[in-house]
Amino acid sequence: MPMAGDSKAEPIVSVRDLEVGFQTMDRRATVKAVDGVSFDVRRGETFGIIGESGSGKTTIGRALVFLLKPTAGTILHNGVDPQALPRKQFQSHRRDYQIIFQDPNAALNPRMTIISSVLEPLELAGAGTKAERLARAQDAMERVGLPQELGERYPHQLSGGQKQRVIIARALTLRPKLIVCDEVVAALDMSIRGDVLNLFAELQRDLGLTYVFITHDLSVVSHISDRIAVMYLGRFVELGPTESVSGRPLHPYTQALLSAEPLPLPSTMRSDRRIILQGEMPSPIDPPSGCRFRTRCQYAQSVCAEQTPAWRELEPDHWVACHFADRPNFSPS
Amino acid sequence: METAHPAERISGAAAAGSRHALMSVRGLGIRFKTAQGIWQATRKIDFDIAPGERVGIVGESGCGKTITGLSILRLLPNNLSGLDGSIMFDGVDLASCSTRTMRGIRGRRIAMIFQEPMSALDPVFTVGHQIAETLRVHTNVSKDEARAQTIDMLRRVGIASPERRIDEYPHQLSGGMRQRVMIAAALICGPQLLIADEPTTALDVTVQAQILDLLRNLSETSKTALMLITHDLGVVAETCTRMITMYAGEVIEDATVDAALVRPLHPYTSGLLRSLPHLSPRLGRLPSIPGRVPSIAEMPDGCRFRARCPHAIAGCEAEQELLDAGEGRKVRCWRFRELDLPGALQHAASAPIAGRVVRQ
Repeated sequence: MPMAGDSKAEPIVSVRDLEVGFQTMDRRATVKAVDGVSFDVRRGETFGIIGESGSGKTTIGRALVFLLKPTAGTILHNGVDPQALPRKQFQSHRRDYQIIFQDPNAALNPRMTIISSVLEPLELAGAGTKAERLARAQDAMERVGLPQELGERYPHQLSGGQKQRVIIARALTLRPKLIVCDEVVAALDMSIRGDVLNLFAELQRDLGLTYVFITHDLSVVSHISDRIAVMYLGRFVELGPTESVSGRPLHPYTQALLSAEPLPLPSTMRSDRRIILQGEMPSPIDPPSGCRFRTRCQYAQSVCAEQTPAWRELEPDHWVACHFADRPNFSPS
Repeated sequence: METAHPAERISGAAAAGSRHALMSVRGLGIRFKTAQGIWQATRKIDFDIAPGERVGIVGESGCGKTITGLSILRLLPNNLSGLDGSIMFDGVDLASCSTRTMRGIRGRRIAMIFQEPMSALDPVFTVGHQIAETLRVHTNVSKDEARAQTIDMLRRVGIASPERRIDEYPHQLSGGMRQRVMIAAALICGPQLLIADEPTTALDVTVQAQILDLLRNLSETSKTALMLITHDLGVVAETCTRMITMYAGEVIEDATVDAALVRPLHPYTSGLLRSLPHLSPRLGRLPSIPGRVPSIAEMPDGCRFRARCPHAIAGCEAEQELLDAGEGRKVRCWRFRELDLPGALQHAASAPIAGRVVRQ
């Protein structure tokens, strides 16, 4: 079995110079929600994307499965550009690349029984006979730990955790290779969040799935991911193995993000070295020149306004976009 | 069924509350009329808040923490069918005082802020108008004086160029700024207690850190007590000194934050800590609490956590009282003396945050 996230093998998703823009309501300006992002997702890994609201993380997730059309750049699935495929082929191709959203209530039709919701993608795909489809749907439900009799119920009769399992089962019916998970546990209570995260890990092990895990929650992303990308105002500022990014963050924004997270620890174990950032993320309509984080960065110099920092591999597999990340005494630790 | 330590039961007569409390809640219960009959949302809620103290009320959705906060200001929905118990605030019982008395307290001596500042601010009035309004309703200051105090308050909550911001409308401000405006409006009359219901849940983590810092500092400098309602144990640990944990409409543990995190006495508190990804080894299996919170319509007798509790035995079906556990701690579990439950320290040793914390 190939190692999870083998960097030599061909990536399952390869993104180069991705840009996704939206026109503002008055059509006078374009907002680049994603502005020049390149990365690979390796087969079998969990690739975490973390960022605050407005950073563009959800837009990337949607573009990865072509729910949004990139304005520029390329996204290859398994080395193939799905947009170059004929329509029919594109439709069957995208079954391999699924997405799950935050709010299971919005993703389930309240007037459909659970089993018919799980069956729907199979019916649309016209896969197998009726009996085969039902067997596959029931198998998917069993896999996510839902009892068979829940199939006859309606969404309002299920708890939040159960509904999110239904959504996962539905995504599994088409046997995808990759699932984009956009804030999938954010709406769940903490005591059941663990259950759902465990389920994701189990399914990955059993089915060899690849995940792109998008969240604003640092504790969730660092628990489940093999690698983490940190996003700020449409760009990646840092990307690397989880241990390095959360243990030795190189970018000042990542450092601030890590130190801003409230930790459930007694006062004797808490560090006073908190970096409290000033202000909020600027508007993506008119982003700052050069480094986009410079307006809130305590280390910012004039060069940060003049030049966009290069995307550099400072440690093996650990990338950062900051002019000063390699200077000694830069990191606060 | 007698509990293990009957002498430590808090009897109804002794529940008058500590003499130094700013607010003493005793036996608070809230009932609602629904199509399915009367629902008891919370019951037997007892706690005190001392002057200037910062107390966190934690629990998952539906545990009754929000409704407890709202009941203190009697901001309850129309289908309320009954409010039991007492809420003594500086000699006045807020649960039974007249509407007129309540109006004099609400906004002036007890203020409240909510999760979503945009829905709490009126979009057609300037922020300055909305802050000064509170002041002008409750005190006799002139218009000019109110404006001067508003500008000063905006500065204290960290809004840059308040002379300009005072005349802006809510939509011109970012989410973090709106929450600062809400805090300014809440504190303008110098209340003795600020109730904050999930004040940072809608905010980004870097802005959340700013707002929590602000709440902590303002509470310290102005000696305003803070009742912080949240589902986030990290937020409580960063902001409060005491933590009251609620489950299924009851208070199940009441202790200092450090004590509750290091050595929780209730299996639910311990289970919650264990289920946090911060405190689990990376990529490992996250422990979770099996099952789900019992529905309000079919609450079990006795311990309400019993069906999900790994330590449940015969005897847990007996009615559970909030027991005095010494050192100012209280717990609603009759087995608390014999159970040795893991806290944040045991988990954190092997957790991803281990490299980021300071040990002393």
